[in-house]
Amino acid sequence: MMRIADALAAFKPYRGDAIVVPGRGGKFWVELTQDPHLDLPLGDPAMGGHAGFALGLALAQPNRKVVLFDSEGDILMSLGMLTTIAEQAPANFYHFLLDNEVYATTGGQPVPNAKNVKYDKLALAAGYPRAQAFDKLDDFDRALPQVMEKPGPVFVALKVYPEIENAPIGQRRRWNTRSRTQVVADLQQKLGIAADEATR
Amino acid sequence: MSEASLSPETVLAEMTKNGVSHIVWLPDSETNWLYLLMKAEPSLTLVGVSREGHACSIASGLAAGGARPMILIQNTGLQESGDSLRGWLLSMNVGVVMMVGYRGWTRHGVTTDTAATYTEPFINAYGLQYYLVENDADAPRISVAFKEAAKTNKPVVVLVGDEFHGFNR
Repeated sequence: MMRIADALAAFKPYRGDAIVVPGRGGKFWVELTQDPHLDLPLGDPAMGGHAGFALGLALAQPNRKVVLFDSEGDILMSLGMLTTIAEQAPANFYHFLLDNEVYATTGGQPVPNAKNVKYDKLALAAGYPRAQAFDKLDDFDRALPQVMEKPGPVFVALKVYPEIENAPIGQRRRWNTRSRTQVVADLQQKLGIAADEATR
Repeated sequence: MSEASLSPETVLAEMTKNGVSHIVWLPDSETNWLYLLMKAEPSLTLVGVSREGHACSIASGLAAGGARPMILIQNTGLQESGDSLRGWLLSMNVGVVMMVGYRGWTRHGVTTDTAATYTEPFINAYGLQYYLVENDADAPRISVAFKEAAKTNKPVVVLVGDEFHGFNR
């Protein structure tokens, strides 16, 4: 297993000008990023939807890489999304999965069949052309150049340590300093998307 | 096509007139003819989903990236997608038109289909504006929905009340 922050730090040199949707890794990524206006740290708008949101971005911005750090709890809630992504097959879509085997934000209860699900195999079976799985940081680090160099869609499952939060939600540190709408507005400004184009 | 029904050509014309780039949809048995027309329209990209809640998050990402999505689902799926509607459309201020097949709706008699019974209370619970479209004469309401979605940055629902004798002809 690896720490989420270490996995994100390993990815960071390969980011280039990609749009990053950090998902449940957001609180770690905001400490690492050097281009926050290309990031979409949204927190958790609704569980199970990060993959769909990132797919939509990838389809709307086909000339720019979109990198998603999804979670196994989210993707279990939306397994059918894998088939939609595979059918659309956006070549600019890089789908990483942070698999800590638990619902960390609710106290660490295990996800169904936590230790036995092969998420990379699920992605391949859904039609992704490439999928890999890593449980050691060194192996992930070595594979990253090839992962990011080849076209997507690609699925990369990472075993990460559960970093469990037990404090009531209202007492947790607020790591995101921008609202969701501000995050999107900042991205659109960075990409040069006219306001009327985005909100017609 | 008679004004007594809503023709798929009319719906397609509203989509293209309003600059729709992506149709995020889950088909139902009544929209097959519309599917063939949409598939043949080069300005549209079809994004099929397997669960209606997925349409909300995909449409949210499309809108964030500067595209102009439209959601096409049935009222059963609208009710399934409540949390995604809340989180990925309303909390993200996404002005998107959701065209929703109104299964079970009838102007005559009493519907026995609970899919219809709960549709409008559901829409009202989320505070969404909606328009009923039954035939070609109602089609301008679709453009009204697009304008309102853009103005309010909220989803606007178009209920299609013609599903049992329209698109499958």
